[in-house]
Amino acid sequence: MSGVRVLVGTRKGAFVLTSDGKREVWDIKGPFFGGWEIYHVKGSPVDRNRIFASQSTGWFGQLIQRSDDGGTTWEPVGNQFQYEGVPGTHQWYDGTPHPWEFARVWHLEPSLNDPDTILAGVEDAGIFSSTDGGENWRELAGLRGHDSGQSWQPGAGGMCLHTIIVDPTDPNRVFVAISAAGVFRTDDGGVTWHPKNRGLVSGSIPDEDAEVGHCVHHLAIHPSRPQVLYMQKHWDVMRTDDAGESWQEVSGNLPTDFGFAIDVHAHEPETVYVVPIKSDSEHFPPDGKLRVYRSRTGGNEWEPLTEGLPQRNCYVNVLRDAMAVDSMDDCGIYFGTTGGQVYASANSGDSWAPIVRDLPAVLSVEVQTLP
Amino acid sequence: MIRVVLPAHLRTLAGVGLEVELEINGLATQRSLIDALESRLPVLQGTIRDPVSLKRRAFVRFFACEQDLSHESPDAPLPTAVVTGAEPFFVIGAMAGG
Repeated sequence: MSGVRVLVGTRKGAFVLTSDGKREVWDIKGPFFGGWEIYHVKGSPVDRNRIFASQSTGWFGQLIQRSDDGGTTWEPVGNQFQYEGVPGTHQWYDGTPHPWEFARVWHLEPSLNDPDTILAGVEDAGIFSSTDGGENWRELAGLRGHDSGQSWQPGAGGMCLHTIIVDPTDPNRVFVAISAAGVFRTDDGGVTWHPKNRGLVSGSIPDEDAEVGHCVHHLAIHPSRPQVLYMQKHWDVMRTDDAGESWQEVSGNLPTDFGFAIDVHAHEPETVYVVPIKSDSEHFPPDGKLRVYRSRTGGNEWEPLTEGLPQRNCYVNVLRDAMAVDSMDDCGIYFGTTGGQVYASANSGDSWAPIVRDLPAVLSVEVQTLP
Repeated sequence: MIRVVLPAHLRTLAGVGLEVELEINGLATQRSLIDALESRLPVLQGTIRDPVSLKRRAFVRFFACEQDLSHESPDAPLPTAVVTGAEPFFVIGAMAGG
C-alpha cells in the first residue's frame, strides 16, 4: 500500500487529504465546490480514481459530482431524484401527514463490484440506484412503500436515509438506517425491505420497543463478518450477531452512550470505535474532553483514547458519517469534527494528531487506501 | 437577445461569465427563459427550479428593472426592457442565512 486519500465533506466544500503510508505529512487540496454543503464524498472500491460527491445548498438544490482522476477534477452527473409513483405522505413533526419531498442526498455508497453502480440515501428517506456512474437515478421504491412508511417521522436533522451497508458476500443484501424509522434490510436487491429493529429500546417513542420508529444514528460492519453489525443509536450502542434479527446493547462502561459515529477496525472485527457525546441536546463531548472510545471485545468493555486529542474546553461534535478507517497494516482511524478539525491515528487509535484544524464544520470523512 | 445574470455559484458551476445571452423563440416568459437557459447550460437543470415540479426554488429570486418578478406567473411576459436586452434578467440567491 502506497498511501491514503481522506475525503472530507464540509458545510462549505470538499477537501482531499493525501499522505504516504506513514500518515504523518499531508497534502491538503480544496475547497472543491466552495460554498456548497458536501454531505458525503466516497470513492469506488473497484476504481480508486472514481469518487462521488453529494453537493447541495438550500438555494440551488442537489448536484452529484464525479471525479475519475482521484479528486483532481470533477464533473456534475445526474441530479434528478424522483420518487416512484405518487409519493404519498409520512408523518410530520406534529404527527400530521406530510408529503414526501426530496431535500438532499445524505450518503453515497459505491458498489463493491462495479464502478458504475452506486446507491444514494436521501432525505426524505428513500434509496436510489444508478448503474451508469451517477448519470441516471431510479428509486428502489419498495423501501418507502413499506407498510410502515406512512408512520415514519423525521429526526431533528430531517427524515434522512443516512447509512447504507452492502453485504460484501451478497450484493442483494443491503442494510439501511433511517432517522427516525430504524434499520431495514433487503435480501433481494432492494425489491422488498424488512425492519430489523428487534432489541432496540427507545424511551422517546410511545412504544419503546416498536418495530419501527427508532432513531438509529449509524451502523458499521467488518467485511469478514457480515452477520455482525454495530450500531450507534440516538442513545445506546448496539450489536447484532444475526444480521439484524436481534440486537443487544453493548454500551457497557461508556461515559455516555449517546453519539453519532461508529466504526470497526480494518483487521480486528471485535475492535470498535465510538465518540461519546454528552446528550441529545448537548452535542459535545462530556467534560469538554474529546475522547474516542475503543472496545477490543466487540462492545461492553471500552477504553478512552485521549493522546493527542484536546482534553479541556472542547465542545465539538462528531457527526455520523465523519469517522472512517483505512486498511493499512497498522490500521488508521480518522474522524472530523463540527469545529473543522480532522484527526488521524496511524496506530489503531493509540495516539492522534490533527491533519488539519480549521476547515468548515465536517459532515463526513471517508478514506481510500491506495495501492 | 436576452441578458441573464447568474449568481456566483451558478456561474462557477456552469463555467460562464457574469452574463449569459439567450435567444428565445416565441413569447419571452420566465418559463421560456429558464427553458432556454437550461438547454444552453444543462448543468443548471435543477438548480434554479425543481427538476420535477419545475417550480422556482424557494431561495431563488428573479429580479429585473428594479422589480421582484419572483412571484409573477412563470408564463407572464417578461418586461419589454428585458426582451430587448436593455435590462438584464437577474437570477438571485435570496438573502437567507448560511
